[in-house]
Amino acid sequence: MGRMAFVAVLTLFALALPSRPALAQADFSGVWQPRYQEDFPERIPGPELVDYLGLPINDAARQFAESWDPSRITLPEEQCRVHVSPYIYRGPMNLRIWQEKHPVTQDVIAIKHYISTYEQTRTIYMDGRPRPGPNEAHTWMGFSTGRWEGDMLVVETTHLKQGWVRRNGLPMSDQAHMTEYFVRWGDLMTHTVVLIDPVYLAEPLVKSQDFVRSQRELAAQTWLWVCEPVVEIANRPEGEVPAYIPGEHPFQTEFAQRHRLPMIAVLGGPETMYPEFQKVMEKAPIPPPLPQPVSGGTRAGGAGQSQPARNGR
Amino acid sequence: MHIGRFGPPRKIRALAVGCAIAVGAAGAVASRAVAQQQQNFDNVQEDIVHVRDGVYMLVGAGGNTTVMAGDDGVLVVDTQFAPLSTKILNAIRSISDKPIRYIVNTHMHADHIGGNEAISKAGRTRAGGNVVGDLGAAATATAAIIAHENVLLRLSMAAPGQPQVPAAAWPTETFATRKQEMRFNGEAVQIIHEPHAHTDGDSLVFFRRSDVVSTGDLFTTVMYPYIDEANGGTINGYIDALNAILDITIASNVNEGGTMVIPGHGRLSDEQDVIEYRDMTTIVRDRIKEYVKRGMTLEQVKAARPTLDFDPRYGTPNGFWTPAQFVEVIYKEMKEAQGPARPQPKNQKSSRKGQTKGGGQ
Repeated sequence: MGRMAFVAVLTLFALALPSRPALAQADFSGVWQPRYQEDFPERIPGPELVDYLGLPINDAARQFAESWDPSRITLPEEQCRVHVSPYIYRGPMNLRIWQEKHPVTQDVIAIKHYISTYEQTRTIYMDGRPRPGPNEAHTWMGFSTGRWEGDMLVVETTHLKQGWVRRNGLPMSDQAHMTEYFVRWGDLMTHTVVLIDPVYLAEPLVKSQDFVRSQRELAAQTWLWVCEPVVEIANRPEGEVPAYIPGEHPFQTEFAQRHRLPMIAVLGGPETMYPEFQKVMEKAPIPPPLPQPVSGGTRAGGAGQSQPARNGR
Repeated sequence: MHIGRFGPPRKIRALAVGCAIAVGAAGAVASRAVAQQQQNFDNVQEDIVHVRDGVYMLVGAGGNTTVMAGDDGVLVVDTQFAPLSTKILNAIRSISDKPIRYIVNTHMHADHIGGNEAISKAGRTRAGGNVVGDLGAAATATAAIIAHENVLLRLSMAAPGQPQVPAAAWPTETFATRKQEMRFNGEAVQIIHEPHAHTDGDSLVFFRRSDVVSTGDLFTTVMYPYIDEANGGTINGYIDALNAILDITIASNVNEGGTMVIPGHGRLSDEQDVIEYRDMTTIVRDRIKEYVKRGMTLEQVKAARPTLDFDPRYGTPNGFWTPAQFVEVIYKEMKEAQGPARPQPKNQKSSRKGQTKGGGQ
């Protein structure tokens, strides 16, 4: 586990311990809504292309992302692609949590999450059942088991489908393993994710997000996410998979230029997670700023651009 | 338990599958005897995965086996290696005590047809009328073995220097058309030929009511597509076959599940898993096609590492069917499709690729 992951987990433990009740375990039941202050640009507008800052990706992940054409998600078979559980909590969503109890013993069998985005229902088994075998199917939400560490719910998830580390083409493989820590602070909930992916991550990725408990039920439609694939690109040849030749991404330097950052930083990697990388950045060359729009262009932010880059969903 | 460090188990699994396919491929031109010499099957256990309704997936060694059971009897798709026949039969008997009526072979590799003889002899097909009159009891003494005609042609004509596959393991019912249809256990079963993909005799088996498709090696979750050139396989045919699987599959309303896919090797899958695999295969093919178009040599293409982003997932660098071999076979096919060398334009710009089905042909 990388230093960052270790420190994050240690901090969680330290914070959770003083609030641990003598017997009762936290009840997360209710309706929760995310707060987006943390990593807002990624979560609401969507990440810019070739922005891999601070992510512990390996070379394989970087090549995957650098050849990823956002037009991929115009393919009908990929339009309704669901975000996997390590990523879906970062998006706009409403979250309903409830407990499923044994009718006779009232023991908690499972903690259920209904996530409005893509209408996903997630089951976190609390009854100690074994994990499925290696030949069972993988799902967007994966197979999850939970346990209590004091008042903190710890969840282990495997059997995930391939998904995103970041929805600008950075992949997460179906070999990934996620550990989550849910901590409740009154009407606030902190959700921390530690993701290990032997295929696309060089070190564990640690992310967190906060939720606020809603004091009232939401309208029914706010829980729906109807996705019906349509033909978005007329006359596209059947079987086409849009992609760029590695090393020839047409927007390769746009993010770095707009924000005046060195390319070695925006291309990510485990070294970019740590404070000492700032010294490396100080000496690294920065690409020239983007040219000013000729006329009538709309500034999308930063140092000027004539047209916004297309982002993933 | 598959928590924590996935690396080593995945590699071991990939290596094991690679060996199985290697033996299978060798068996395509060799024999089950070779397979038995190269692998120890004593510790192999058949993992029975219930897929849906009467359809199950058996994972042992070699290719996955599909079992479809019902009132009419049992239909088996692919039979792994010969030494596993007893274990496969035990697994089938734990699912159903009805007679084994049919075996369907998705292709001719030894890791998919090895148990044909023993499992066929353990079954009874249905026959009547003048067939029984001509053959007597022999007409129903074994389960029928169904496959595309090219499977029979390949199995019955062993490559020079290689042992012959016993005639009792050959298909008894072949088809040379696009598909063979039957109704069994109350459901429509389509056996759909995909030409020149993994080999030239590949078939998908689609159970329409159960909504399950068994793909043979036209889709796996453990390695790059194995293109068996010597037996008629091509990369473009393989991509066509993956798109054909996607034509069949329909996900559920939460975009997973729905039509379930039993791969030739690896875990149970659904449409999204095939999409990822189709995307990977198409992207790698398109990259190499573009490099060939630019006049790059095979060495230059390899140096460009067109599979770098997929190698940690599908690469078996020291085993059977390495990324380098995958690149080589695609390069060769793209080169041949290109025809005689042509002068290349200078200052080529970035290009977004995207090929049609069979676009490299």
